[in-house]
Amino acid sequence: MSAQGAAHADDAHAHHGPTGWQRWAYSTNHKDIGTMYLIFATVFGIVGGLISVLIRMELQDPGMQVLAEGDYQQFNVFTTAHGLIMVFFLIMPALIGGFGNWMIPLMIGAPDMAFPRLNNMSFWFMIPSAMLLVGSALVGDGAGTGWTVYAPLSTVGQPGPSVDMAILALHLAGASSILSSINFITTIFNMRAPGMTLHRMPLFVWSQLVTTFLLLLSLPVLAGAITMLLTDRNFGTAFYDASRGGDVLLYQHLFWFFGHPEVYVLVLPAFGIISHVVSTFSKKPIFGYLGMAYAMVAIGAVGFIVWAHHMYTAGMSVDTEAYFLAATLVIAVPTGVKIFSWLATMWGGSIEFKTPMLWAVGMIFMFTVGGVTGVVLANSPITTAFHDTYYVVGHFHYVMAMGALFGIFAGWYYWIGKMSGRQYNETLGKWHFWLTMVGVNLTFFPMHFSGLAGMPRRIPDYPDAFSGWNYVSSIGSYIGFAAALLFVYIAIKTITSGQRVGANYWGEGATTLEWTVDSPAPHHTHETMPQIH
Amino acid sequence: MMMVRKAAVAVVGVLAAMLAMAAPVSAQVYGQPVPWQMNFQHAATPTMAEVINFHTFLTWLITAISVFVLALLLYIMWRFNAKANPVPSKNTHNTVLEVVWTVVPVAILVIMAIPSFRLLYKMDVIPDAAKVREWYPDVNVAGTLDIKATGVQWNWSYEYPNERIKFDAFCANCFPGDPVSPTSPRLLETDNHVVVPVNTLVRVLLGAQDVIHAWAMPAFGVKQDAVPGRANETWFIAIREGTFFGQCSELCGQGHGFMPITVEVVSKTRYDQWVVQKRAEIETKSGVKFAAN
Repeated sequence: MSAQGAAHADDAHAHHGPTGWQRWAYSTNHKDIGTMYLIFATVFGIVGGLISVLIRMELQDPGMQVLAEGDYQQFNVFTTAHGLIMVFFLIMPALIGGFGNWMIPLMIGAPDMAFPRLNNMSFWFMIPSAMLLVGSALVGDGAGTGWTVYAPLSTVGQPGPSVDMAILALHLAGASSILSSINFITTIFNMRAPGMTLHRMPLFVWSQLVTTFLLLLSLPVLAGAITMLLTDRNFGTAFYDASRGGDVLLYQHLFWFFGHPEVYVLVLPAFGIISHVVSTFSKKPIFGYLGMAYAMVAIGAVGFIVWAHHMYTAGMSVDTEAYFLAATLVIAVPTGVKIFSWLATMWGGSIEFKTPMLWAVGMIFMFTVGGVTGVVLANSPITTAFHDTYYVVGHFHYVMAMGALFGIFAGWYYWIGKMSGRQYNETLGKWHFWLTMVGVNLTFFPMHFSGLAGMPRRIPDYPDAFSGWNYVSSIGSYIGFAAALLFVYIAIKTITSGQRVGANYWGEGATTLEWTVDSPAPHHTHETMPQIH
Repeated sequence: MMMVRKAAVAVVGVLAAMLAMAAPVSAQVYGQPVPWQMNFQHAATPTMAEVINFHTFLTWLITAISVFVLALLLYIMWRFNAKANPVPSKNTHNTVLEVVWTVVPVAILVIMAIPSFRLLYKMDVIPDAAKVREWYPDVNVAGTLDIKATGVQWNWSYEYPNERIKFDAFCANCFPGDPVSPTSPRLLETDNHVVVPVNTLVRVLLGAQDVIHAWAMPAFGVKQDAVPGRANETWFIAIREGTFFGQCSELCGQGHGFMPITVEVVSKTRYDQWVVQKRAEIETKSGVKFAAN
């Protein structure tokens, strides 16, 4: 064993892998692949953000501003592209492909992922997937179905190649995620360093384990659902055509069987990151570690049996609705455990408010706000008022833009020194946080009021009475987008001229294995297995 | 640190100001939204009144929970920042605390679920007049009326099967230059109103011709998808006369924002006149005379 380890260490010093573009294109290295995922996510985050700014510009005042009078399809194309890009090409690649790839092997003491070539394939599936999705918005009339792609709007309602391209984009992104999930689960189960039992595994790895299980179980269902869309559109099948014996609501059940676990896929890795950041900057071990890990398992498990709360107005039997109401409320319990455990971790700590910690604290409160409006929405009688209004849009942006995205930024500021060897600028980082905080709250809080007043979502123009809060939302989104551009500047500045840092630049609070290797983490790490005591 | 605290105070101030403004927006306007509205439209059915009450209860509850978390967070930030507390404790377990923060939320959810289930079962199943009298003794239920609404890209098509009335309702002011007034708000007015008598149990049968639409009326607490190949139903009892506006609430293509719903609630006498007049209109147009009934 020791001889083998030494031989490998020699390899690392005389590393003769491909260089230049080949190093990246052919890469089987978890760090390079992680870096590519992060760059991919940043690019598409900006694209998705730009589309959201276009949406908000259109909605800033009543009447048509950005789009031509009558060009309402384009508005639906914007909302569809914004949703799909943010979910599949920003949050998932950043949290799972990016941080997951980078940190899982480092944290469990493994030299790389279990299936490095599969890992390469997972990433390179994302490029044609993104091309198909962006292309779908540019050819024909565009896909204006919403990210949910409900039949029959997506079958008979949208002729032309666009929706087919969007469906194929989802197939590829789904295949990519399934491959990643197989890879991650195998790695986590089989390649942990001696002594690292499941119950000693860092919470970020726990979060990835639960997330990849959710993906592995839910994505095949989505794939089936959208394949049937594809054959309904092109090959004359009638899975979702009621007039020929199909069922329209079947699609919704299949979609949300994937779609609801998916929202936990987006936020669980952020939970993992927040746990590390809170513990590091409080200089305390995580409070209630096992409770935290199993709260995530519980959220993942219950997340599979609540899907039809997205369909309260679709026409289900009252007993079915009652069941989904009760099951949905249950999720609040493990989520509450997480929130209170973070607070308890901070309690008694010696807290430093560096940029990652600001994002973490911001996330904890903002996610609470998004969480409690989610509890309101779980109540199906209330949903007759709220379904498909801006209240829902406000709610899910609180949990996505302030839950998942704040988690991404917390992770980025926390680990960028480890990944690049250079540290970000603290002042700029704090500016980025506060600007984002103002922007997103100004954008999304007023949406609750618009929704209460009755404003439906996915409309390009609205009755004049809704104009006040829409104007505020639009101003907020411009501030938020300015903050996103500031982030790009910070990222470039950090990587090109940030201050160099050592192995453990956060000090005593940072206790997981990634802090034992150099910064930037060398091409190959943990070539001799670390021993966990 | 100072900056953090100041910003937090500012945020709380803004939220408090917003809550203060959330008082009833307008006492006069019924059936449509008003500028800077922050709460539901006024209820025109006993169901919506219950929805509003339940939502008010939920809002207090979630505001209390959010403020509690925020207060804890601010206290922790003040008390346990590196300057105030240089030496961190190593405390990572407290079984009592962990049980409490699991059991208390469960209790809160149970308190929430009971009225929720009660309201759900009241709203979701169409009652008969006797049931409604039992639920709402002060509502004088005068009878029942059936309406069939069909969603079409992009308008609503209505049928009163027993009255043999049938008409389409298109948006009356969705294009620039169309007439707009405070009683005919832009994007909400239709060329043909659904007229219903006050204090009547109205049952709405919903269908769709092409894609999914949703028939929604905020002031009534009604929203139900109109799904192709499936008959959905909903109901309401309007207890206030007036004109009420709603919009299609399920993405149905490019005209989704432009297929409003207008319901005019009138007295029983006025309604009977409308039926006669509407039927005459249809007979003139089609040349077919209905048998008297």
